[in-house]
Amino acid sequence: MSQVTNKIPDGRSELMELNLGPHHPSTHGVFRAIVELDGEIVVNVVPYLGYLHRGFEKTCENKQYHQVIPLTERCDYMGASSNSLVYAMCVEKLLGVTVPERAQVVRVMMAELSRIFSHLFWLGTHGHDVGAMTPLFYMLREREEIMNLFELTAGGRLMPNYIRLGGISQELEEGFLDKLKAFCDHFDQRVDEYETLLTKNVIYIDRTKDVGYLSLKDALDLGISGPMIRASGLKWDIRKSNPYCGYESYDFDIPVQHGCDIYSRYLVRVQEMRESNKILRQTLKKLPGGPIRANVPGKIFPDQQEIYTKMEALIHHFMLVVRGVSVPSGEYYQCIESPRGELGCYIISDGTPNPYRLKWRAPAFVNLQALQKMANGSLFADLIAILSSVDIVLAEVDR
Amino acid sequence: MNPEMVKEKLASRFGDESISVQTILDQVVVNVPGQLIVPICEFVRDDPDLKFDFLSFVGAVDRMPESPRFELIYQLYSTSSSERLRIKTRAIENESGEASIDSVYGVWASSNWHERETAEMFGIVFENHPDPRKLLLPDEWNAHPLRKDFPIMGTEQDTPDLSK
Repeated sequence: MSQVTNKIPDGRSELMELNLGPHHPSTHGVFRAIVELDGEIVVNVVPYLGYLHRGFEKTCENKQYHQVIPLTERCDYMGASSNSLVYAMCVEKLLGVTVPERAQVVRVMMAELSRIFSHLFWLGTHGHDVGAMTPLFYMLREREEIMNLFELTAGGRLMPNYIRLGGISQELEEGFLDKLKAFCDHFDQRVDEYETLLTKNVIYIDRTKDVGYLSLKDALDLGISGPMIRASGLKWDIRKSNPYCGYESYDFDIPVQHGCDIYSRYLVRVQEMRESNKILRQTLKKLPGGPIRANVPGKIFPDQQEIYTKMEALIHHFMLVVRGVSVPSGEYYQCIESPRGELGCYIISDGTPNPYRLKWRAPAFVNLQALQKMANGSLFADLIAILSSVDIVLAEVDR
Repeated sequence: MNPEMVKEKLASRFGDESISVQTILDQVVVNVPGQLIVPICEFVRDDPDLKFDFLSFVGAVDRMPESPRFELIYQLYSTSSSERLRIKTRAIENESGEASIDSVYGVWASSNWHERETAEMFGIVFENHPDPRKLLLPDEWNAHPLRKDFPIMGTEQDTPDLSK
């Protein structure tokens, strides 16, 4: 008879290294991480970036100021208008150009629409990442409505490319305001619908509550901004703390949560969609008449109609296309609240028609640094949920 | 933000001659010597009147042909006063022309990836950086694309040599 022992054989003591990505549905682009696992527990995550690096900053140094606008929208294609807005505002400051009131309000409209647009897609894919299939289809329905709005007035659907130096590219299309009003009127009710899917869903709460903990102290140290730091309890929104584009005259709240977990980030973003809708309704009431672009000959493109009727306008248009605009020497850092956080543009001008140096402060790039902090010690399945709660856009991370 | 106050604070701590404060388009910019970058960053983070607890980004500018060549930019924000401050310095160059500067990772952990990116793009060494690997570029590249002497595009005859 063989001897029965209750000795447990020595388990494997070394960690398992697992490659995640670069092509993986949960990475929302091309993001690769080496995950060190002890059983199912994440011990370490090492991100590898650069699969989408296309030298955005270097390219800009070779472009005229007007030509950079479409490139910026390709950094963060989810909140495209925020990108062209921060760039345009930075160059306008260097040029000393004031944007007319009507254009300011339309810019707020576009920025808030793109915020809803971005949060909708985030919510859909985030739900998908934690196993909730349904939300995505509802989100895509409303997202489509916003894309139709963009297409109607700007032509582009994903990247409207609507903002220009000194204002916007063209007058709002006929019927745009009515459609926007219809959207605003039913959107709050749609958000209620979304909330019925997740907010009190036991499975969703189990997957997200107290998962991906990021304390406020760590968040500040790591430079986290936007909904992520608001979910860690800091009431900081650049639209309130350093208002731009006339945000000081709108009435809206900053949603704050103190859970520091994925669930709090979800609550903040859902609430932000409601606040954005509130701002959109106010823009509809506020929208004044007047020009849509500043009238600064030689610096800002003249009105399209004037090019056909006025010789000077034609000459200015020609010179701006061929030579570009010479921006006075100087430097400026402009930042705005993008859907992901502090989106900044730092330009050094040397007086030529090309930026001497353009530095892009992409919020997703900085926020992604917190992944390690949040994921260490969690389950591998939670790592996917944590990654998705950061709301990364890889085109912006890699630039 | 009052530039005079910033100037006074820094001068009383680090001496008058090496630090200058200017205002460019309503933004306060502090020029400091490269050797002092870490103590100055610690000072502006911890001083009760300044409290710049948030680092927006670290970046560099190639000022070729000036010497020292590389200018470093630290853009700061204070969550308590909503003020912004920009610190500028120059990387220190040794005899063989290699530029280096102390890492501010110990002051703000967010500088980690910014410094890794700046290091590979400009070829600046960040001393005491906890993880000095490349971030966005392939490991086998020895070129530094954001330098001004790196060609913006290759021609049919001449493509940039990435191995040197």
